[in-house]
Amino acid sequence: MIEIRWHGRGGQGVVTVSDILARSAVLEGKYAQHFPEFGPERSGAPVKAFTRISDEPIEIHSGIYNPDVVIIIDRGMSQRFQPYIDGLKGNGMVFLNLGDDASHIDRSTLPPAAKVYTVDARKISVEEIGRPIFNIPMLGGLVRVLKMPTLNIVEEVLSGRFSGELVEANIKILRRAYNEVKNLG
Amino acid sequence: MSELRPLRKMALTGDEAVAYAAKQADVDVVAAYPITPQTIIVERLSRYVADGELNAAFIQAESEHSALSICIGAALAGARTFTSTASQGLALMHEVLHIASSMRTPIVMAIANRALNSPLNIHCDHSDVMNARDTGWIHLFANNVQQAYDLTLMAFKIAEDPDLLLPVSVNMDGFILTHSVEPLEILSDEEVRQYIPHIPYPYRIDFDRPLAYGVMALPDTYMEFRKQLFEVTRKAPQVFRKASNIFSAISGRSYDLLTPYFVEDADVIVIALGSTIETLRYAARRFRERRLKIGVVGLTMYRPFPEKEIVDVLENARCIAVLDRAYSYGGVGGPLYTDILSTLYKNQIGVMIADFVYGLGGRDLKLTDIEQLFNKLFKSLEVGRFDQDIYWWGVKDD
Repeated sequence: MIEIRWHGRGGQGVVTVSDILARSAVLEGKYAQHFPEFGPERSGAPVKAFTRISDEPIEIHSGIYNPDVVIIIDRGMSQRFQPYIDGLKGNGMVFLNLGDDASHIDRSTLPPAAKVYTVDARKISVEEIGRPIFNIPMLGGLVRVLKMPTLNIVEEVLSGRFSGELVEANIKILRRAYNEVKNLG
Repeated sequence: MSELRPLRKMALTGDEAVAYAAKQADVDVVAAYPITPQTIIVERLSRYVADGELNAAFIQAESEHSALSICIGAALAGARTFTSTASQGLALMHEVLHIASSMRTPIVMAIANRALNSPLNIHCDHSDVMNARDTGWIHLFANNVQQAYDLTLMAFKIAEDPDLLLPVSVNMDGFILTHSVEPLEILSDEEVRQYIPHIPYPYRIDFDRPLAYGVMALPDTYMEFRKQLFEVTRKAPQVFRKASNIFSAISGRSYDLLTPYFVEDADVIVIALGSTIETLRYAARRFRERRLKIGVVGLTMYRPFPEKEIVDVLENARCIAVLDRAYSYGGVGGPLYTDILSTLYKNQIGVMIADFVYGLGGRDLKLTDIEQLFNKLFKSLEVGRFDQDIYWWGVKDD
């Protein structure tokens, strides 16, 4: 079982992207669970969401405290990610929304065996569709590294979720992020 | 036949799954008032009606009190009737709950279990349904999203059984199930139609055959009405089993009043309701790897209380922990604890037992909390007694 914790701010689609990942994993034949952090929905405030994916039925119905993956959607929170990696497994993965600024990050608080990946979600979304969307690019990077669910499956879920031009826009940024995710080791 | 059925796997939240079940049940009347965390159920149903996918009267009432009153009228008119609520909404319905059961209306209601004020809290506990415990309703509890879907379908079968004609509530933990996406297998619309065909309500309002409804009963007759309710409620377990057997033949999934897990050789048994059951099972398996024998019992039917079945699974236990997600303030303990205590005493079973109040207002019962609880049970078993009768588990120290 893999346990994922998403961080971002209200309005950035934190809950939506975790939901899309879980539904995609189920469509691929896996067991999955998605749940939001159950708090008031406030635009701009820090928000968490959680995804579990497994080959076996998932019985646990309590929170995720030792995630395998922490994925941060917000840029500012990515630059100062230390408060959000609490409980990360020793060999866990951190996904950050960073571009050139990735070279400045302070790795001292990360577990030594942890791996860091970056997606320049702002650049990708602004260049592709003319406005910043962070959640779907981060998902593109994540599914590339996890090697599941497949892009086709995620695109199918996106098509059911959005309508009109939003489908194409999200698929564009999903694919580009899939190709451009960086492994910082 | 069941292995030949195509699997229809979906990923839905608990609220979406219950709404989907009510749609497939082809309900005639939905009367409700929105309240978190059930709002999505009625939102979905109103959309199904607006989109023409469900041919029903969707009535947004001005309060839960009115919503359930409308449901009673609709059910007496012979409509298949559904509502859902939570917390303060269920509390506001309270006086109507008694009327729904004693007028024998087969209403199905989803309860998205949520704490009661004050302080204001929208998160999960079972205080809402426990206040409705003694109202004559059948109360079922789902452990996961699949069960929330299945039990909603079964609830119609149970409620409308001519031997029963009682309202049924399907409880699912607020947010933990209502807002979590999980995979589930759904029946086809045709399978649902076969399972719960519309059958005429035997005492429906009919102007050609007038009957008196909701009459006044004086001391010379009131008690006889109430004894009827007492007697019919006792039929619910057998009606549940009948409904479950047919459901199992269609779906391949079977349900019983209890879900005993590893109880045969267990030294210690924990009993609970709702989504906690599966987390307990997961933790129990990890303890068994260390040869610590824990059994877990969940109640799918909480009212009427499955007394005989509880005795069957508990009679050889050496130590019992009851997990209560509600409390009876000023009482002997939490509601589930006092039910279990009474059952054990009635059947002359003397065994170490304690109540663990947990998870109020959405306080997460973490795996580490459960491990500490299990350790506490084995330690207490070693010394042969608990040092308290009621523990508030997972509460921060002062």
